[in-house]
Amino acid sequence: MSVEPALQWPAEGNARVPYRVFSDPEIYHEELARIFLGPTWQFLTLAGELPTPGDYLTTFIGETPVIVTRGKDGAVHAMVNRCAHRGNLVCLKRRGHADNLTCVYHAWRYDLEGNLDSVAFRRGIAGKGGMPASFELKDHGLQKLAVDQFGDLVFGTLSPDAPPLGDYIGNQIGSRIHRVLHGKPKVLGTTSQILHNNWKLYFENVRDTYHATLLHSFFTTFRMSRLTSEGGVDIAEHGMHHASYTRNKIDRVGAAASDQLYAGIPSLRENFRLAEPGFLSMIEEFGDDTTTQILSLFPNFVLQQIQNSIALRLVLPKGPDKTELQWIYLGFEEDDPAMSALRLAQANLVGPAGYVSMEDGAVGNFSQRALPGADNQASVLEMGGFDHVSEENRTTEASIRGFWQAYRPLMGF
Amino acid sequence: MDIETVVQRLQLERLYADYAHCLDADQLEHWPDFFTEDCFYRVTSAENFEAGLPLGLIYATSRSMLKDRVSALREANIYEPQRYRHLVSSLRVVGEDPGGLDAEANVLVVRTMQDGEMTIFATGRYVDRVVPDGANWKFARKEVVLDSRQIDTLLAIPI
Ligand code: FES
Ligand SMILES: [Fe+2]
Repeated sequence: MSVEPALQWPAEGNARVPYRVFSDPEIYHEELARIFLGPTWQFLTLAGELPTPGDYLTTFIGETPVIVTRGKDGAVHAMVNRCAHRGNLVCLKRRGHADNLTCVYHAWRYDLEGNLDSVAFRRGIAGKGGMPASFELKDHGLQKLAVDQFGDLVFGTLSPDAPPLGDYIGNQIGSRIHRVLHGKPKVLGTTSQILHNNWKLYFENVRDTYHATLLHSFFTTFRMSRLTSEGGVDIAEHGMHHASYTRNKIDRVGAAASDQLYAGIPSLRENFRLAEPGFLSMIEEFGDDTTTQILSLFPNFVLQQIQNSIALRLVLPKGPDKTELQWIYLGFEEDDPAMSALRLAQANLVGPAGYVSMEDGAVGNFSQRALPGADNQASVLEMGGFDHVSEENRTTEASIRGFWQAYRPLMGF
Repeated sequence: MDIETVVQRLQLERLYADYAHCLDADQLEHWPDFFTEDCFYRVTSAENFEAGLPLGLIYATSRSMLKDRVSALREANIYEPQRYRHLVSSLRVVGEDPGGLDAEANVLVVRTMQDGEMTIFATGRYVDRVVPDGANWKFARKEVVLDSRQIDTLLAIPI
């Protein structure tokens, strides 16, 4: 590991996280290379966002700009958005439609798969100038990503060492993705949230089943989710991915005992009532009694189901202390008007203004602001013990420990 | 402009000024009163708006839902103390019929946090339906169309 000064991970293993990993610019720089450009699969887009050959959009893997296209062959392709000539951005727009990809700087032209088609004035003028005879177009294409799909979710990787996507996700987590994405996805809208904290603080938050009903009043007060509700966590091998789930119709200790357990916890606002609580109830659509499922794929993808609110979240690092959280809110083509209306009403729960999610935007920021002076200290992740295995229980930080279990070998920590 | 138009114009100017003042002065409990009972309110981005996507970051199909938003901010949600300063300008009436008016206006919101940090939090426009309510006007529909798709940290107080 080349990070200086070397990071000594505490002896407690995944039950401790040195605070330096959330602030150190060198560690951040290594993460971009070892994790985001390393053997991980990263979400690029929904396949339906590129319906027609020639459609393209731009996104990022880590901080590296990427173009995603629908090729003339009908397949989705992805390449680094960096011209093979002198490194200019090739696609400037967030999305568009084109026959080819032409760099504005010196008009080098690529096909929709990233192969270099032509170089302006390649033969020079009247026998003078131009590229040497040794210059071969085929040696100068855009850097290509491997692309694969899991249902309608398109993922890419720049590393030849990433396992096949299906193996990467695994059956346990894969079936939990299919459970939610049971129809043809229809985008209801998108937004993005600028978080003034390290990307991992947000990702820890997503995997933190302990906090949800202690921080978010809506969950607790309206019994949408409580730690006393039935539920648990599924954690993939090596800790990579997770899915936490709640079946809120069943309280393990009963409503009265649950209220007692939460008595004195600020998130239970006994006198808080809504004039129109109707949107909090759920229309059954998943064929089971799971009312909330939060799923994450290492390193930065989230699939959320809170009642009938479905969203994809992409966590993009923008610096040691800055993160862009992109939200794609989904319904399905099959939704009837009642379901469409309910999804829009329940969108009030999530996103930057979400009755639930608003607080997650706040706490990451609060954590980041407390980091100065903590370079030799570590956070404590002992809730539920030290391991990172699936269990029928959410009073645990096992999913977060799983994240660190996946993170540390990649970083050499 | 005939005198009726001038009067109407002044009433509209006052509606928008009072609306901005209500939010900036932290009189959130009065905010729903600017709307009709069966109003529609949403905050969205120009990108969503232009693509015809229905999502709202804040989304209400009635005045009661606006009241719920306020009570959640007051009693349930956790966010840092902050204040807004709305600058509303270039009010235009873009349509008029016996039932009311279609109006648009530019909006800029500067957000100031408790430590004094100020950011240009939002710029965009209001795309509104305004209907008469006795001697006053109310919003039957208000769409806050933000120029940027990005929200800094969180959106608590409405726009
Ligand atoms: S940098 Fe793209 S053509 Fe020169
Ligand atoms: Fe949360």
